[in-house]
Formats: sequence, C-alpha cells, structure tokens
Amino acid sequence: MKTFAAFVRKEFKHIFRDRKTLIILFGMPIVMVIMFGFAIRTEISNSRIAILDHAKDAHSQKLKGKIAASEYFNVVAELNSEEEIGEIFKRGDVKLVLVFPQEFGKDLVNTKHSPIQIITDASDPNTANILSSYLQATFQSYVNEELHLQAPNLNITTRMMFNPENKSVYMFVPGVMTIILMLVSALMTSITVAKEKEIGTMEILLVSPLKPFVIILGKIIPYLVLALIIACTILLLGLYVFDMPMNGSYYLLFGEIFLFVLCALVLGLLISTVANSQQTAMLISMMALMLPSILLSGFIFPISSMPIPLQVISNAIPAKWFIIVIKNIMLKGTGFEAIAFETGVLVFITCLLTLIAIKKFKIRLE
Amino acid sequence: MRKILIIVQKEFKQIFRNKMMRPILFIMPVMQLVVLSYSADFTVTNINIYVEDHDHSSMSQALTQKIAMSDYFNLIEVGNSYDEAYQMVEKNKVDVILTIPQNFSKNMHSAQPTEISIFADAINGTKAGISLNYLQNIIAKFSLEEIEKTGIQMQIPGIETNKRDWYNPDLNYKFFMVPGILVLLVTIIALFLSGMNIVREKEIGTIEQLNVTPIRKYQFIIGKLLPFLIIGMIEFTIGLIIALFWFKVPFEGNFFLIYGFTILYLILILGMGMFISTITSSQQQALFLAWFFMVIFILMSGLFTPIESMPIWAQNFTLFNPIRYYVEVIRLVMLKGSGISNILMHVSVVAGSAILINVMAMISYKKTA
Repeated sequence: MKTFAAFVRKEFKHIFRDRKTLIILFGMPIVMVIMFGFAIRTEISNSRIAILDHAKDAHSQKLKGKIAASEYFNVVAELNSEEEIGEIFKRGDVKLVLVFPQEFGKDLVNTKHSPIQIITDASDPNTANILSSYLQATFQSYVNEELHLQAPNLNITTRMMFNPENKSVYMFVPGVMTIILMLVSALMTSITVAKEKEIGTMEILLVSPLKPFVIILGKIIPYLVLALIIACTILLLGLYVFDMPMNGSYYLLFGEIFLFVLCALVLGLLISTVANSQQTAMLISMMALMLPSILLSGFIFPISSMPIPLQVISNAIPAKWFIIVIKNIMLKGTGFEAIAFETGVLVFITCLLTLIAIKKFKIRLE
Repeated sequence: MRKILIIVQKEFKQIFRNKMMRPILFIMPVMQLVVLSYSADFTVTNINIYVEDHDHSSMSQALTQKIAMSDYFNLIEVGNSYDEAYQMVEKNKVDVILTIPQNFSKNMHSAQPTEISIFADAINGTKAGISLNYLQNIIAKFSLEEIEKTGIQMQIPGIETNKRDWYNPDLNYKFFMVPGILVLLVTIIALFLSGMNIVREKEIGTIEQLNVTPIRKYQFIIGKLLPFLIIGMIEFTIGLIIALFWFKVPFEGNFFLIYGFTILYLILILGMGMFISTITSSQQQALFLAWFFMVIFILMSGLFTPIESMPIWAQNFTLFNPIRYYVEVIRLVMLKGSGISNILMHVSVVAGSAILINVMAMISYKKTA
C-alpha cells in the first residue's frame, strides 16, 4: 500500500510539474464551453441573400422590407441582371437569390397569384432548403396580411419540451463535457504510458516490485481525479453561466461520470498497449476516438438519420451512451430506471475493454 | 540545397521507420473520410412519433396513416394517454407527440375551430424545429384535402414559388460535407506531424546534435517542412480521389487552382505546427496546444455550423481561422467552379499568414540551448 501511494504520488508529480499542460488542461474546457455557449449556433439565422427585383413596385418593396426585417435574412445586395447571379454565387457572398417578376404587384392584386423565383446555392443543401421554407412562410404571412385572409380553422399549437427557449447550450454542454473527458482520460493515459515506453522508464517500472496491475492502477488514478475536477468545472459553468437546468440526482450524475471516465481511461490504456511511441498513441487517439466521439455520438448530428451501418457502429461508441445519460439526468430529470439500459451498455463496454487491455498488456519489452 | 535534401531524407526515414505510421497516415484517414462523410448529415429522418388520438374517428385515423406513410416519421404507437407518451419521451423512444382532440372530425366537418397540439423533445432544438415543420406541413396538407372533399371550392391566394437549386440540384448533402471533411483530415495530419516533430527531437535530445551541425535555421525549417508537405499532398490526393470517384462529388473548377491553394494552406498549417513545436518543451504539451487550436478552429470554421448564425464578434474571430478559408475555397472551387478572381481574398490572407507564421517559427527556433 505504501509503495502504491508513492507510485501515485510520482504520477501526480509528473502531471503537476508540467505547468503548460495543466493550464491548457483546465483552460480548454472553460474556453470550449464558453465558445459553444456564446458563439456556435446550429440553427440558421442572418443568412446573406440577394434580391433581383424586376418589378420595383409597391408590393415588391413592401415584401422586401418584410424579408429584410426578419432575423433569418440579411439582404446584402440588390442585383440588376440575371448574369450577376452566377457571379455572386461564385464569390460565395450569398446563399440565395430572390427574383421578383415584372408584374409582381399587379398579378398579386388582380389574380391573387403571383410567381416568384427562388434560386438557392444548393452546394449547401441544408441551408438552401431551410432558407427557402422560411421564405415561403414569410410570403404566406405577407399575403395573409395584405389580402386580409382569414386564418384557417385548424389551429396547430406546438410546444418544445424540456427546452422551451430552444437553447443550443443544452446540446453543447453535455457534448463538450463528453469530448473533454474523453480527451483528458483516454489521450492522457495513452500518452503517459507511451512516453514511459519511449524514454525507457517503463522497463524500470516493470522490474520494480510493483505488480503490473498496480502500475496500471497507479497510472489511472491521477487522471481519474483530474477528469472529475474538470467535469465539475464544466458542470458549474453550464449551471451558472448558461443556466442549464439540473433536474435529476447529483449522485446519479456523478456515478455516471465516474463510469464514463473509467471507460475512457481503459480505452487509453488499450491504445497505449498497441502504440509504440507518443506520436502513434496520439494519432490513434485522435483518429479513432476524437472524431467518432464528435461525429458518431449524436453530439452534433442526429444518429437516427444516419445510414443503418453507421447506426450500428455508433452503438460501440461510449460517448453516444454517455451523452444520452447526461441529457436524461440533467434536462429530463429521469431516475435510474430510464437510463438503466444505457448504463448497462457502458458497464459492458468498460468490462470488455478492461479484459482486452489486461490480455494485451505486455510485461516484457521486445 | 543539398543540406536541405539530407534533412528531408532523414525525416522520411524517421517517419516510415516506425511500422505503425504507414497505416495511421494513409489508411486511417481514408476510413475516416468514408465513415464520417456518411454520418455528417443534418437531414432529419426517422422521427419517432406517438399519436395520442382522443377522437377515434376515421378522419383521425386517416391523418395518422398519412403521417406514418411519410418518409420522415416512424409511427411508434397510437394511444390515448399523455402520461404514457411522456414516459416514452423520457426513455428516448419517442421524439414527438401529436395530440388529436375529441370531436376533431366533427369540428372539421362543421368548420368549427379545432386545435391540434404537438409536443417535441427539444433538447436537440434544431431537430425538434425541423420535425415540427414537417408535421405542420403534413397536417396543413391533410386539412386542405379534407376541405376539398367536402366539395367547397376554394382557391387559396398566394405567391407561387418556383425554386431552383443551383450547383447541386439533387440536394446531395455529401457534396457539401465530403470536401470539408477532407480539409479536416489533411489539417489534422499536417498540424500534428509538424507540431510534434521538433519537440520530439528536444525530448529525446537529438536536437543538440542538429544544433551543432552547420545547418542554417532556414534550411532546418524548410527541411522539416518539405516531407510533411509531401505527405500532406499525397493525403489530399488520396482523399480527392475518394471524393470524386466514391462520393461522385462534382469537380467544376480548376485542378491547378485547388492544388496551388492546398500547398499554400499546408505551408501555413505546417508553419503553425513548427511554431508550436519550438515554443513547447514536451510532446505532450505540443499535442495539447495543437489540439486546443484544432478544436476551436474546426468548430469556428463553418464546416459543421453556419458562420452567419454566430454573433458578430465570433464572426470576426473566424477571419483569423485558416480552416475557414480552406473550407470555403474547396467548396467554392469544387462545387461552383469559382476561379482565382473569386477567391483572391482567401489566397492573399492564407499566403500572408503562411509567410508570417513561418518567419515566426524561424525566429523562435534557437540554435543555442
């Protein structure tokens, strides 16, 4: 026990000696959460559009005013001819061009029907689609106001559950927490072990009276502590700076965080048993862990919309399960029974990885 | 010149001596490109819906049928308890609840006001918004059809829209994402290889041996840059081939333009890596610093989320983001066939910063310990 404590102390010293890394380690989560909370929005607003107005009459002016006033659009240019459309798209200045026909206002008053052309830059298909549906809704409400139409009898009310103000922070705080914990735990452990191999001190450790299992445990504990502190920092930021609700139990939340960190640590160990240098350990962690954790976890892109093979693969990504768990506890306030399955999967993955890591851990150097 | 070549040779040997580097450098990115391109899609489908039907009429069933038949929704259950539905939302089995009130069909027939409610799990606000939009459209269309059935002729006044989608008429999202992810992979490889290079020599002590050689600073930096530039270009070419032949992304622009810009961009990224490498003292530090910038640059690049939606200060910040420029250029040139005159601003910014950062790297690298 005493030797073990000494070993853990040595690991802590390794970490605290390196001030620059420590600053980054604690600074990064803060910067990232703040960035996400204040800067990054997945919804589309203020999109730059251009208008080509062949009509230049009262109705087209008024409708243009309405479009310019909307938060979705930012009218940046008035074009004079069809040829300018291609030019402005090629510079990437606007996402959409609206073309009013010559008789726009007259047709609208006389025939109650007037055609308008929307040309989208569909190289970004998602934005193109959403913008044109916003525009169509704007047109409809304009027509209703101008021609005094009655609202239809069928009234549809909608409610956004768990997130009435539609804040994207609710997506990002759990996502960022997952990614940072993954990074700190998996990347850091894989690199420390690889470092000992690279500079040759692993040999010294292996011939010491400590059992390999104890060595691993000693390597894991400091990062476990570090990861938990970072998790608390992110949680505090989410709760107090971004007003995230916390509807569930803190014990449950920290239990799950502990489980996920453990899983990530074991993953890191597994990588370090395969990698032979810090550089390879890092590239493997980066490629095999980080990108899938960002893209296949449901953090940014919904998993249910992915092709079936990817949905299957996503089941093997611990981050996916952890994100579901955190959102459930914090936002929906569910108890353990609603997330028992997800927790079970995390436990299973962790055990499986531990077994493989133990099998692969070589106590001899080649 | 000969000195530079010798360093280049040494670097290549060092990289490829490590048996694991080859698959990491050339096979993993390819897998990533393929897998991630399929995953990065904002199109929302497979929305799980619970219909809470209090009406039990043929009309409410027809509406339910219509929703179930659409491409976007999976009908999970038809029931009449909100509590049951709510519990299913809690367990993530249901995304949207649609409540059809009693007397729905009676009111519709007699043109009385009727209210339908939709509840969406809005933790993912974007997905919820899009789901609501789909559902409202289906219901609106349904009610129009029902009104028509009653025989009342009504012409709905309005503005007719004629939508044309340029550059990507089939709205294939991969055309948008694949070039972006290619940028990401090339950047990751270039930044991390160069960022951990000099610092590795520091860590294992070989930097002192290099310092005592008659190699000049600029020769040293160029000799270090060239091998990674070559690897980066090979990486880019492999990725481009996959984009063009596997994903069938169109290539409207000029090949030389995109290759020229890629070289410029790589010089910038490698310079950044070198700079990180000279100011840090261990590979771990370099890695974390590189990772820190990488994450911020990726997220603020407009690759996954639109830049226009950011607040103004954040938009201004993206002007200092090299990934932003490259993502824009590759999309402009590949998909829209923009020429050099359209991207002059991008070229000059990237060229300027490439020179700046490499000079900075050269200055901060000291040959004395």
